[in-house]
Amino acid sequence: MSRPGSTRWRWEWVLNQAPILLFAVVVVGFGLLSPAFLRPVNAMNILIQTSSTGILAVGMTFVLLTAGVDLSVGSIMFVAAAVGGKLAVSGFPVAGVIAVMAGIGIVYGSVNALFITRFAVLAFVVTLATRYFGRGLGLRITETRAMNLPEEFYALGATKIAGLPLPVLIFGMVAILAHVVLTRTPFGRHVYAVGADADAARKAGIRTKGVLFAVYGICGVSAAMAAVVALSQAPAVSPGFGNNREFLAIAAAVLGGTSLFGGRGAVLPGTVLGAVLIQTIENGLTILNVNSYLYPLITSGVIFLAVLLDATRCRILARVGRRRIYVETPPEDGPGDP
Amino acid sequence: MNPILRFTKISKSFFGVKVLREVSFDVPMGRTVGIVGENGAGKSTLMNILGGNLAPDTGAMAFEGRPYAPSAPGDAARAGIGFVHQELNLFPNLSIAENLFLNRFPRRSRWWPVVDRRRMLDGARELLKEVRLPHSPDTPVERLSAGERQLVEVAKALGSNARLIILDEPTTSLTAFEAARLFDIMARLRQRDIALLYISHNLGDVRRLCDEIVILRDGAVVGQGTPDALAVERLIALMVGREIAGLYPPRPGRPGEQVILEVSGVSQPGVLRSAHFELRAGEILGVSGLMGAGRSELARILFGLDPCAAGTVRLDGRSLSGLSPRERIALGLAFLTEDRRGDGLSTEGTIADNLTSVVLPRLVRGPLGWLDARRSREGVKRLREAVGLTPTAADAQAVKTLSGGNQQKVVLAKWLWNEPKVFILDEPTRGIDVGAKYEIYRLIGELAARGAGVLVISSEVEELIGICDRILVMRRGEIRDCVERGEFDRERILKSALHGEAVP
Repeated sequence: MSRPGSTRWRWEWVLNQAPILLFAVVVVGFGLLSPAFLRPVNAMNILIQTSSTGILAVGMTFVLLTAGVDLSVGSIMFVAAAVGGKLAVSGFPVAGVIAVMAGIGIVYGSVNALFITRFAVLAFVVTLATRYFGRGLGLRITETRAMNLPEEFYALGATKIAGLPLPVLIFGMVAILAHVVLTRTPFGRHVYAVGADADAARKAGIRTKGVLFAVYGICGVSAAMAAVVALSQAPAVSPGFGNNREFLAIAAAVLGGTSLFGGRGAVLPGTVLGAVLIQTIENGLTILNVNSYLYPLITSGVIFLAVLLDATRCRILARVGRRRIYVETPPEDGPGDP
Repeated sequence: MNPILRFTKISKSFFGVKVLREVSFDVPMGRTVGIVGENGAGKSTLMNILGGNLAPDTGAMAFEGRPYAPSAPGDAARAGIGFVHQELNLFPNLSIAENLFLNRFPRRSRWWPVVDRRRMLDGARELLKEVRLPHSPDTPVERLSAGERQLVEVAKALGSNARLIILDEPTTSLTAFEAARLFDIMARLRQRDIALLYISHNLGDVRRLCDEIVILRDGAVVGQGTPDALAVERLIALMVGREIAGLYPPRPGRPGEQVILEVSGVSQPGVLRSAHFELRAGEILGVSGLMGAGRSELARILFGLDPCAAGTVRLDGRSLSGLSPRERIALGLAFLTEDRRGDGLSTEGTIADNLTSVVLPRLVRGPLGWLDARRSREGVKRLREAVGLTPTAADAQAVKTLSGGNQQKVVLAKWLWNEPKVFILDEPTRGIDVGAKYEIYRLIGELAARGAGVLVISSEVEELIGICDRILVMRRGEIRDCVERGEFDRERILKSALHGEAVP
């Protein structure tokens, strides 16, 4: 137990605010190195570039909160884009294409969920398998060739409503919706309970399997939406479409304070901030003309930092939670228990 | 008066072992019924059946006059039965209010599945007032002490409109002050005609709080009556079912003079305050105290698992300061943790795997370090004989298929290979049936007879009185008393463990 003013409380505070502090450091750092970085246009650019990965990361947050993981989201993006692309090329209307892609996301997520809940296979293993399966399926559908989409898709990405580009708007709406669902609905709170202790949640009468099913479904739909947004920005489906995106999404969520151990984290500001942070770093590096072969090194450094933060936070929380047998006098935390 | 809950001939077996035998009794409306019994007497199985976690093999339950057969954990709450578990089922990452309303969040409307926070917080405040917990309902549960969390559990049961609340060992992790507050609230619940089932090892509390007491032994009801008719001695006699003297094997040999483990001034802020004691070769030294008095923490510090801020530990005159558990093992220390399955054994592994795990590096031969299968087989055989492991189990059998007693023997045997000078045994007989306990006691006696010093930590005072040469009593991280055999007195030990707990 820590109270305002104690050393431990301050430490907890710093760890919980780490994403924002890190973000501030990055922005100030790049700003000092290049004035172009701080221009409003660039800020909007970063948001546009973030939106696809951001939506993916929001869906991933649901899964991570239940102490699961979904490694297949990049493949879901690819399969959805491949099928959607075929339809679009053959003259299907855009709205129909988007609906079909969303459906594919739900089905794909449900397959993951089925194996995880019904057959009790580890999420890591299930989604690793469906990750390869999806990649293979997508390559078959596209016949491993790149596919260019009709103009309408590009128009979609260029659309602005109230001055905001559509991708950013979608990202914003998805994030707000996810935030409300997680913090304000019974389902959202159950997600946190299942993540903290699935067995206790079951004993408390929560339908844990239903919750797990839903989070993988949500993650699948988010992946499909991420694919739609990505296509609206670059209307072409290449064989590498969506590849390795899952790791960026996980990194964004963890960087934003979501714990891989489940039960802790948030979409707002959390995951959104994490996604923006990763994109900001890449954007800054581009502006500074850093050798692009260095990007993976720097991104991996950021991911490493994120995981380190998560582990540190858990360690500190465990120490806070450790049983104290008696209260030292004078207590370091001010007055003891009332 | 009509009973609110009636058990009729409930029986349950696990793997052919009868855990409950035709248990029948009533809980009258608005009364408090205590259930007492030794570990393994079937109390928790009975509660698991009541809670819908297990189904009985035969027998039936009736709640408020209607047949009650829960098939899922949620059924009990829906029927009006609330549980306050020993290991709490709260979610530390959620707020008090969310924990209280977790499976019945008030919604804005039927079609709008958003939590009505105002109604939830108002309801939570109301419930917190009932249990006199002066916290905001928005406080995360992880910021509450163990006692406060217990009260949240009670509030949760009240909130689901429970007419019967089961309190399973609710005071084990509470300070006496917190326990007093809980008792106070229990009295208030009784005034509201809520029936209570109170399960506890603290017989004094049970007699004080309950209208009626049911005694379980080996899965059967062996006695039932009012506290006036059941004095503590009578309760113990019924729980144990035989003369205490016959429960413990005779001790071969006496403790020697040579000090083998010397602990002086060992302290760790918040956990352990200046512990001093000596353990002699061939001595069995007991450590008594309530749950959370710091006994296991002492053991962990001695073994080097937890840090220690001050003081020294000497093994055979050699200081252990700064040594890792691995180095301490090499010097002759052995530690059997209280969590046999989690820490002491690889339950999926075979008996042979477990027995050789400590000394694997020494069983190799040749430049490539191949395992010497013959030497390992012979060693396993020797160890199995030394601890009297059941001969029906094969070396290649998985440990998880063994009974609790035999599992504990495997843990013990594993360490014997190393011939340690000092054994630290944390709750060595927890969850083991009476017959197997006798075997473990005999083994402990043999270890001492062979010249090892044995430190036995136990929550069962009787057990310590039965096997130890000396008993240390801990309270709130301090060693408060040291009783020699011959002066053993249950009352004195309990007093030392409890004294001064009343008001912090």
